[in-house]
Amino acid sequence: MYDFAYHRPATVADAVRLLADPDAKAIAGGHTLIPALKHRLNRPSALVDLSGIAELKGIRRQGDAIVIGALTRHVEVATSAEVKAAIPALAYLAAHIGDVQVRNRGTIGGSVSNNDPAADYPAAVLGLGATVHTSKRRIAADDFFLGMFTTALEQDEILTAVEFPIPEKAGYAKMKNPASRYVMAGAFVSKGPQGVRVAINGAGPCVFRQAEMEKALAAHWSPEAVAGIRQSPEGLNSDIHGSAEYRAHLVTVMAKRAVAAAG
Amino acid sequence: MNVVAPFEGIGASVRRKEDFRFLQGRGAYTDDFNRPGQLYAWILRSPHAHARIRGIDTARAAAMPGVVAVFTGADMAADNVGGLPCGWQIHNKDGSPMAEPPHPVLAQGKVRHVGDPVAVAIAATREQARDAAEAIAVDYEVLPAAATMEAALKPGAPLIHDGAPGNLCYDWHIGDRAAVDAAFAGAKHVVRLDLVNNRLIPNAMEPRAALGEYDRSTGEYTLTTTSQNPHVIRLLMGANVLHIPESKLRVIAPDVGGGFGSKIYHYAEEAIVTWAAGRLGRPVKWTADRSESFMSDAHGRDHVSHAELALDAEGKILGLRVSTLANMGAYLSTFAPCIPTYLYATLLAGVYTTPVIYCEVKAVFTNTVPVDAYRGAGRPEATFLLERLMDVAAAETGIDRVELRQRNFIKPDQFPYQTPVALQYDSGNYHATLDQALAAADWAGFEARRAEAAKRGRLRGIGLSTYIEACGIAPSAVVGSLGARAGLYEVGTIRVHPTGSVTVLTGAHSHGQGHETTFAQLVADRLGVPISQVDVVHGDTAKVPFGMGTYGSRSLAVGGSAMMKAMDKIIAKGKRIAAHLMEASVDDIEFDRGTFRVAGTDKTKSLVDISVAAYVPHNYPIEELEPGLEETAFYDPKNFTYPAGCHIAEVEIDPETGKVAVVNFTAVDDVGRVINPMIVEGQVQGGVAQGIGQALLEACVYDAGGQLLSGSMMDYCMPRADDLPPVGVATHTTLCTHNPLGVKGCGEVGAIGSPPAVINAVVDALRDYGVRSLDMPATPAKIWQIINGGRRMAAE
Repeated sequence: MYDFAYHRPATVADAVRLLADPDAKAIAGGHTLIPALKHRLNRPSALVDLSGIAELKGIRRQGDAIVIGALTRHVEVATSAEVKAAIPALAYLAAHIGDVQVRNRGTIGGSVSNNDPAADYPAAVLGLGATVHTSKRRIAADDFFLGMFTTALEQDEILTAVEFPIPEKAGYAKMKNPASRYVMAGAFVSKGPQGVRVAINGAGPCVFRQAEMEKALAAHWSPEAVAGIRQSPEGLNSDIHGSAEYRAHLVTVMAKRAVAAAG
Repeated sequence: MNVVAPFEGIGASVRRKEDFRFLQGRGAYTDDFNRPGQLYAWILRSPHAHARIRGIDTARAAAMPGVVAVFTGADMAADNVGGLPCGWQIHNKDGSPMAEPPHPVLAQGKVRHVGDPVAVAIAATREQARDAAEAIAVDYEVLPAAATMEAALKPGAPLIHDGAPGNLCYDWHIGDRAAVDAAFAGAKHVVRLDLVNNRLIPNAMEPRAALGEYDRSTGEYTLTTTSQNPHVIRLLMGANVLHIPESKLRVIAPDVGGGFGSKIYHYAEEAIVTWAAGRLGRPVKWTADRSESFMSDAHGRDHVSHAELALDAEGKILGLRVSTLANMGAYLSTFAPCIPTYLYATLLAGVYTTPVIYCEVKAVFTNTVPVDAYRGAGRPEATFLLERLMDVAAAETGIDRVELRQRNFIKPDQFPYQTPVALQYDSGNYHATLDQALAAADWAGFEARRAEAAKRGRLRGIGLSTYIEACGIAPSAVVGSLGARAGLYEVGTIRVHPTGSVTVLTGAHSHGQGHETTFAQLVADRLGVPISQVDVVHGDTAKVPFGMGTYGSRSLAVGGSAMMKAMDKIIAKGKRIAAHLMEASVDDIEFDRGTFRVAGTDKTKSLVDISVAAYVPHNYPIEELEPGLEETAFYDPKNFTYPAGCHIAEVEIDPETGKVAVVNFTAVDDVGRVINPMIVEGQVQGGVAQGIGQALLEACVYDAGGQLLSGSMMDYCMPRADDLPPVGVATHTTLCTHNPLGVKGCGEVGAIGSPPAVINAVVDALRDYGVRSLDMPATPAKIWQIINGGRRMAAE
C-alpha cells in the first residue's frame, strides 16, 4: 500500500469534515478498499474509518420500514430477527453476500456507496424502493444509483442509513460468477406499497429496473409472467465469464426464480 | 522382542507427523525466515507482452529512501551471470536439436511476456523496494505480440527469439507413420477429434519466495527457496548461472506450501537474490504476491491436438495418429520440452492394445508465461485425448462406451506389455479396476437417476475414464538417451544412532506429500523402530548428500526404494555384528523387524544392541568391519511405474444457467502397494479437485495482445470445497514388478483420470444436443451456448 493518514472519528460531523479533503476516502468493512489499496490501485491521502461512529449502527423497525445503519455488517442483517420477520428476502440477500469473512466485516453503507455493478445490496435498495439517508439529505433509490461505481453522494457526504419500506412480498435470486462469486446477473423483485419493482444487478454497468417485467408482474404476479420476457443484451456486460447475450438470458432466469422465491 | 504397537508399518493409516506443526502455525516456510541486516527485493516486471528495451533509467529509483541497489540485466551480464538453463533437449524429426534460445535472468534487450523480469530494486523494507521499482523508468518500444500458438505460427508472425525461426522450438515425432497410415487405410471406422487441453495457472497455496545470503568469512552462499528439489537448484544455479561450486552453495527448501510442479524449476528470482546477496554482502529476500505469481510461476498444459482413431468393425483399435501443438510460452522453462513429448506421446497407447501409433508434436514459443509440468505433466493431456476419443468412437460405432474399452484393454496375462510408443508396462489389471469402479459408482443404476433428475428439470450425465500413467521418474540411461541432461535416481541414507533411533536422509522433498510419516513407516516396518523415533530429513543440500527432488510421483518409487536398499545394507551389516555378538555364523542370522535371531534358537539381539555395539566397538569384529551403522544407497529405477485406474464422474446440469454440478465422483486407482491408505486417499482427492478444476472451472485467458486477462482469483476460478462432491476413493493393487516396495506412485493419478471422466459425463448429460467435442473448462456460459444453440434431438 501507499502511505496514508488514518483517522477514526467518533461522529458523522467529524467524518464529513475529514472527507472534505478530496483525496481522503471513507472505509467501513474494508473488503473492497483494502484489496484495492494492496494492489496500489488507490492512493488516498487519508482513510477515514467510520467504524467508531455509534450513530451509524443498528437495525430498527420504524413504522412500515426497516432502517439499517450504514455500519451494519452483512451478518447482522442476515441474522436480525427484525429483518427476517419483516423482509426475509433482504436477510437472505445479506446471508449470501461473499463469504463468511466478507459478511463479518462488510457493511451495507460501504456496499451501497460503492455501487459495484456486481454487488448484491444495490438490487435490494432499488428493488424495494428504499430511501438512502445521508449526512445531508435523503435520496430515493431511483435517484441514487447513477452509473458504474457512481452514486448521487457528494465527496463530503456519507451514507448514514438505508430505510427499506416493508413489502408485501419480495425475493432475490442471483447467478454467481464462478471465480469471484460476485453477481453475474441477479434480480430483486418486490410487491408492496411501492408497487411492483424488479431490480437487476450484475448484468449491466449499474443496477437497473426492468420495466417490462414490472408491468407483467403488476398484471399477474407469477414466475410465468416474466419467463417469456426477453432482456435485451444491449449495453450489458460482456467478459471472459459470459457474453451480454448470456447475461441477458440469466436476467430472465433469475427474475423468474426471484418471483418464485417471493411466493 | 520389539513390539511396534499400534501398527505403524506398511499399510497403516498413520496420522501425519508433520501436521502437528502445520496445524498449529509452527511451519517454517521460506518467508518466515528473517536474517539480520536483511534487505528486500521487488522485481519490476514487463507490462508488455513483447517489446524492445531501448533503455532503463534507474537513477531516480536508486536515490529513494531505504534503497541499497537497483540492478538490471546489464549489471548481471557485466558480472558474467549466465542464463537459466533448460534441462531436457529434444531433437527434431530430422535429428537436429531443438531451438534453445537464451533465457536471461533479467531481461536483456527484449521482454517477451507480461511479467518478464526486467529489473530489481533492493531496499530496507519491502514497501520501499516496491516504491523504488515503480520509479524505474524503462523505455520500451512495444512490438506486436503473438499471444496464441496459432498467431505465433502464422507466416509473418512477430519473431519472439532470433534463434527460433517461425517461433518453433521443435518439430518432433514418435512412432511408425507408415504402419499407422496402413492401418487407417484398412479401417472400418475412423474417428476424428480436435481437442484443446486448457492452460492452467498452478496457484499453490504458498507463493514462491527466495532468500539469498552470502557469508563473507567462508565465501559460502545460502539460498532458502520454495523448491521441490533443492539439489537440482544448487546444480543448475551453481553450474550454469552464478558459477558457484557446489561446495560453496547451500540450498535449503524448508516447509513448502504445495508445488504441483510449479516449484520444480530454477527461477530467475532464486538467482537474483543469491547473486545480489553476494554483491551487497547482505541477505536479500523476495516473496511473490499472488498477482505476481500469476505472471511468473510456470503455467501448465496448453495443447491443441488433432487426433484420429482407426477401428475395425468390432471396435478393436487398429491405430492412432495424433498431431499436437504444445505451448512453451516465451522461454524454455527447466523441463518444458519433455512434457509434451516423452511424458505425453509415450502414453498414447493408454490401457489399450493399440498396435501402431504415430504422434507428432510441434513446440511453439508465444508471448506468454513459460509453460512446464503441472500435476500430471503430459499424462493428463494424453488421457484426455484418448478417453474423449473413446467416447466419441463409442457414439460413432454404436458400441457401448464401457464395452468398447473392455474390448481393447490389455489383459492381465499380457504383462510385461510393450507398447508401440517406447514404454513397457510391468503389471496391471484394467478390467478389475473398471469393474470395481462401475460397482462403486452404481453405473448400472444410472438411468433411474437420470430420469429422477429430469423430473427436477436437471440434465444428469455419467462418464468414465480408464487411464494409465507413467511416473516414478525415471531410469537415468533411458531418459538420458531421450535428451534429459540429468540422472533421475534418488538417494537415501539410513543413519542408526547409537541408542537406536533413526534419521533418514532423503533426496526427495515433502511439500504436502507426508514423507515425514510415510518414510518413517517404511523404517518402522522394516527395522522395527517406532516412527516416533524416526526422523526424516529432506530439503537441505548441506544435510542430504544428493537428490533429484519430488515430482512425477517418484518419491516412494525411487526415493523409498533407495531407502529400502540402504536398509538392506544396514541389515546386512547388522547381521555381521549380531553374528559376532552371538558367536554364530552370519548365514544363521535371521532379521525380522528389529530383532536379529540365531536361526532355530531363542538367542536374539535387538537393533539397539547392534547399534550400541557399532558405536562402542569393544565386543566387535573390528578387524573385518568398520564401526558405525549408517548406510547410503543410490537407486536408479529400471523402468517407469505405471499406476492405472478408472474414474467415474456423475454430473447434473441446470439447463437454465448451464451450471454443471459434479454430484458424485468415484476413483479406483491401482497405485501398487499402499503404504498409508489415508494419505493415498488425500492425494487422490486433491488430484481430483484439481482435475475438476481443469474440467469445469479453470481457464488461463490471454487477449490477442498478450495481456493476461485472468490475472487474479477474481477471474481465474480455483475450485472451492463447495464445487466438489464427495469423492469415493478405492484402490486395487497389482504390485510394481521392478522396485523393492512394489509401489507405483499416487500423487498425480487424481488429476490425470478425472478431467475426461467429468467431460465425458457432461457430454453424456447433453446427449440430446448432439455434442461431439467439448473443450475445458465447461463453464456455465459455454454449456448454455450449447443448449441454447444446439438442436434438441430427442422428442420432447
